[in-house]
Amino acid sequence: MLEQATLSIGQVLPAYTKAPVSKVQLVKYAGASGDFNPLHTDDSFAQKIGLSGVVAHGMLIMGFLAEYVEHLAGDIAIVQDFRMRFGAMTFAKDTITCRGVIKELFEKDGKHHAILTLYAEKGPEEIVGSGEAILQF
Amino acid sequence: MELGHLVGLTGTPYTFQVDARHIRQFAQAIGDANPLYTDESYAKKTIHGTCIAPLTFPIAVMPDEGEALQLDLDYRRMLHGEQQFIYTRMIRPGDILHCTQQVTDVYEKAGKNGSMEFIVMDTVMHDAEGAHVVTSRTNIIYRPLAT
Repeated sequence: MLEQATLSIGQVLPAYTKAPVSKVQLVKYAGASGDFNPLHTDDSFAQKIGLSGVVAHGMLIMGFLAEYVEHLAGDIAIVQDFRMRFGAMTFAKDTITCRGVIKELFEKDGKHHAILTLYAEKGPEEIVGSGEAILQF
Repeated sequence: MELGHLVGLTGTPYTFQVDARHIRQFAQAIGDANPLYTDESYAKKTIHGTCIAPLTFPIAVMPDEGEALQLDLDYRRMLHGEQQFIYTRMIRPGDILHCTQQVTDVYEKAGKNGSMEFIVMDTVMHDAEGAHVVTSRTNIIYRPLAT
């Protein structure tokens, strides 16, 4: 969890590595999110369009970053804005690591805020998504 | 621009009841074990004061099958480029959300294989009292088919 008073611009936050993405997870996410595009659950469909197999929902990866951000916010901050840009595809068995850096600190309406820059990567330097979150303390 | 005519296109408003079980299944699929989503006695002691839904939950707040806003586009050309959630307050179990989907912008950018168009689609969600909860903003890339 972050402590507002100790934050500084450019500060690198502790990274968080998820368990590898599994096919069962993609089926569960399809059900929970309502996104039943067969690209995410049907290997033969994915192979027909030239991929090695099913691709994770971009929103699942954003969900990983959301887990990371909400963990950082802990019980003292509210996430007011959360955005992500999708990059490379994530496949089953890929392992995603979430990273964050403090981009900006400001005060508004008497409350402290922090803007975090976020990255999701599979393997070193291979970014599958980048984003930003605004936290209000 | 091929898609300029889509701006302003608005879907049929729908309501969506948020239940605790759906929140739990959504968090479990992600593998997010934060007690904030499921443990009311824990959540009570936090800044939220009550259980909330995960940050990306609004993506699951969809109209019934067949009732989504139809763009009538070639799905092979569509890519989910960006996603943003703009919160006034977090979603909570028990919320009844009144939702409207609308295309709010279309713009064009030059790409490697010809020009690409971008479609911005907002799903705006209000609570039963009419107060804004969250806007889910999806940016779709509409690219030329590979030749």
